[in-house]
Amino acid sequence: MVGPAIGPVRRAFAPWNDPSAKPFIEFRNVTKRFGDFVAVKDLSLKIYEREFFALLGPSGCGKTTLMRMLGGFDEPTEGSILLEGKDLVGIPPYRRPTNMMFQSYALFPHMTVADNIAFGLKQAGMPKADIQSRVDEMLALVKLEKFARRKPHQLSGGQRQRVALARSLAKKPKVLLLDEPLGALDKKLREETQFELMDLQMNLGMTFLIVTHDQEEAMTVADRIAVMNNGVIVQVATPAEIYEQPNSRYVADFIGDINLIEGKVASAGEGGTRLACAATGATVETNQTLTAAIGDEAWFAIRPEKMRISRDAPADPAVNALAGEVWDIGYLGDVSIYHVRLPTGATVKATITNATRLVERPISWEDKVWLTWSRDAGVVLTR
Amino acid sequence: MAAEAKDRSGWLRWLLVAIPFAWLLIFFLIPFFNVLKLSFSTRARALPPYKPVFDFADGIAGFIAKLQQLTLANHLSLFTDPRYVEAYLSSLKIAAISTILILIVAYPIAYGMARAPREWRSMLVMMVILPFWTSFLIRVYAWIGILGNEGLLNGFLLWLGVIDQPITILTTDWAVYIGIVYSYLPFMILPLYATLEKMDETLLEAAADLGCPPIQAFWKITFPISLPGVVAGCFLVFIPITGEFVIPELLGGSGTKMIGKTLWYEFFNNRNWPLASAVAVVLLLILVVPIVLFQNAQKASEAK
Amino acid sequence: MRKGQSWFNTTSVALGFAFLYAPIVILVIYSFNDSKLVTVWGGFSTRWYVELLNDQAMLDAAWITLRLALLSATMATILGTLAAITMVRFGRFLGRSLFSGMIYAPLVMPDVITGLSLLLLFVSIDIDRGFWTVTLAHTTLTMCFVAVVVQSRLVVFDRSLEEAALDLGCPPFKTFFVITLPLILPAVVAGWMLAFTLSLDDLVIASFTTGPGATTLPMKIFSQVKFGVTPEINAISTILITIVAIGVIAASLFNKRREVERQKAERLAMQG
Repeated sequence: MVGPAIGPVRRAFAPWNDPSAKPFIEFRNVTKRFGDFVAVKDLSLKIYEREFFALLGPSGCGKTTLMRMLGGFDEPTEGSILLEGKDLVGIPPYRRPTNMMFQSYALFPHMTVADNIAFGLKQAGMPKADIQSRVDEMLALVKLEKFARRKPHQLSGGQRQRVALARSLAKKPKVLLLDEPLGALDKKLREETQFELMDLQMNLGMTFLIVTHDQEEAMTVADRIAVMNNGVIVQVATPAEIYEQPNSRYVADFIGDINLIEGKVASAGEGGTRLACAATGATVETNQTLTAAIGDEAWFAIRPEKMRISRDAPADPAVNALAGEVWDIGYLGDVSIYHVRLPTGATVKATITNATRLVERPISWEDKVWLTWSRDAGVVLTR
Repeated sequence: MAAEAKDRSGWLRWLLVAIPFAWLLIFFLIPFFNVLKLSFSTRARALPPYKPVFDFADGIAGFIAKLQQLTLANHLSLFTDPRYVEAYLSSLKIAAISTILILIVAYPIAYGMARAPREWRSMLVMMVILPFWTSFLIRVYAWIGILGNEGLLNGFLLWLGVIDQPITILTTDWAVYIGIVYSYLPFMILPLYATLEKMDETLLEAAADLGCPPIQAFWKITFPISLPGVVAGCFLVFIPITGEFVIPELLGGSGTKMIGKTLWYEFFNNRNWPLASAVAVVLLLILVVPIVLFQNAQKASEAK
Repeated sequence: MRKGQSWFNTTSVALGFAFLYAPIVILVIYSFNDSKLVTVWGGFSTRWYVELLNDQAMLDAAWITLRLALLSATMATILGTLAAITMVRFGRFLGRSLFSGMIYAPLVMPDVITGLSLLLLFVSIDIDRGFWTVTLAHTTLTMCFVAVVVQSRLVVFDRSLEEAALDLGCPPFKTFFVITLPLILPAVVAGWMLAFTLSLDDLVIASFTTGPGATTLPMKIFSQVKFGVTPEINAISTILITIVAIGVIAASLFNKRREVERQKAERLAMQG
């Protein structure tokens, strides 16, 4: 099942850029209504084989509904859902080649770990001996061999999570659906498990679809992320693209920390964009090619870590620079966050990596400072 | 979000609904209409002891003719004959007073249980339920031996010297109240306990921290929070007490008027089925308001 | 402040339980009274139990009552469980509020009304009254209690367990039997026990709906009690109380043991 050259394959894995690639899962104009509430609005999405795909968004954005429709627990009101080109609509969950790992794990409390893992195999009518060997294989995979005879309540949270994973993988589903799979774990265990999940997905060569509201989790595990809001997909892209080239203020703001500076387009076109930001009195220039008319409303989005903070004025204080006063400093250990108050009253965040052991801050409270950035540090957004 | 998966084995599922639904329709709802119909009939020396008896063999003309025999006389007599009016009013009075008495007795017990050490609580709940599982009739019967003129209570009071001759308790309304409070106590304790046990004790600490003395904290915090339990408990006891038969029959005297007793006597002793039906119909009309309120309270807690 | 409060609590609980239990204890004690006069202690004796064993009418009534309770509790458990599933799982449907009304109303409906209306039903459809009509009547009443008990368990039931079973290829009907039913079983059993004791206990509805040859134990006791307190009634009451107490205590001890085992298991899990 596992190819010999997974590493390089993984690096070059980008079927979504290949126009001839056939989608493995396809949502076509899917709408789901619960009474008056529209959970998913005319949504189309293609997911490719072996992809680790994340649906990311705040609660109530429709991501869970989208996944449940793929699992067969909810039926779309309109549209179709295809798996390998075949429409799944109308097929009950117990006849779908997908398996789900539930947020609550949904381990059967009256069955042992081994019986839980064997449950799906028994339903499929697999011979007893095969079930036994498959269960052993799954237990080994999640390193729970010693716990086969235990009941779920005799396990720790992390162990339960692994049983749930083993159970949903046992039937070798075509797609594994993970509904907030790590939500119940503490931060440290969650981070470890994220990497385990990635390795597992690569080694098994399976398609994983994960639903999460944790942007770090999505960025860590996924090949691509769909950011959802109010039942629609706002952006589908790789984690790096989502972070560095958000297509909207919503995505920019949802993922990570960002400064949004409002302005009007002063010039736009091939190779450069200029933004006049009246509120901060600054002019922003980027290398970005923007299609917008002069005078359009736009926002300059720049991450705090891409700002330079200094007490000295830059060579050209009129472009890509802001002057202000240090208002607050948050020391986080690895970095420090500076809140710089501009003369207009707005606050801009900038982070400094604490590269040396801190004895005395080079820049302190109430210092007059300059914030500067390069032409490719930020992005101009028009929505 | 948790919408039903589209049901495919539809007819089977609807069959599952249909069985209990049909059962309750046939054995619970429809019989009430039958009672209603009978309450308009007149007594007869026959089997069954009322007329008219509808029969499909009568044809439409016969049906109409029999329809004209129906009468409001039974209902009217309930409102004109002071015996019945008195019985209804007395039932409601006894039910209301008992409900208040039960609440007063049950509240401290439920409160004490809810504040007992955690490991004791399930045991205490079991001890409240235990008498409830033992026969109602037997528990009422037990009081006859205690409250009688030569009963244990009188014997005890005589021995103490509090009284010098037995006081009559049995066959008075006092005995009925004691019996009712005793029998219905668990129905009030349990819902009260359920709401009090769920209450966050830090609320009282917060109240104390904000300068509220304990007694005031009880009336301003604890009691309002326990109101759903109070309401549930009151309905749970008030409605059945109004129609209670066994307790007034065994503990009360001839002076104890309760409508359950009246119904029983009209039915079994006088064999006046139509009048008994009319008694039931009017009792039901009186209880409809509390029953509907009770159901709404149930539905509200179900929604939670 | 806490000390004072807990003194008050302890006293009220103690007095409350004394009130609840004293009559029962007295009843049990006097069942061993040698004297025929209930209020005079004539020494310890089991003669009333012996007398009871020779009272064929009483034994017949007990036997009828037991069969009746077993049968009606079983039917009520099946119907009540179905009704609970209907109420919790079927969302809104035509007649839903009528349905839940019919479930809750019998819980508080005075027995005399229920009894009378069922009797009139049996008379109007002209079936012979006796064992079976009482069984039907008890089933109707007690199924509502079962429905409420099972419903309260189903409401907190984690639906994702059923979805997980469906997801792993188990069809809905089978899912009910392998997942749902085993997990709600304690509530179903509790419902059965409640239905059983309610049936064992009922006087009024049975009096209305019964016919010749089907005198239940409560009816028998009632007819004797009306003539005053007799030690024999104390004896049979003691037997009934003992049976129920043993049943309830055994059930709760069983639950308690399971709870202790569960806690032990959880501690084990914590250690890894």
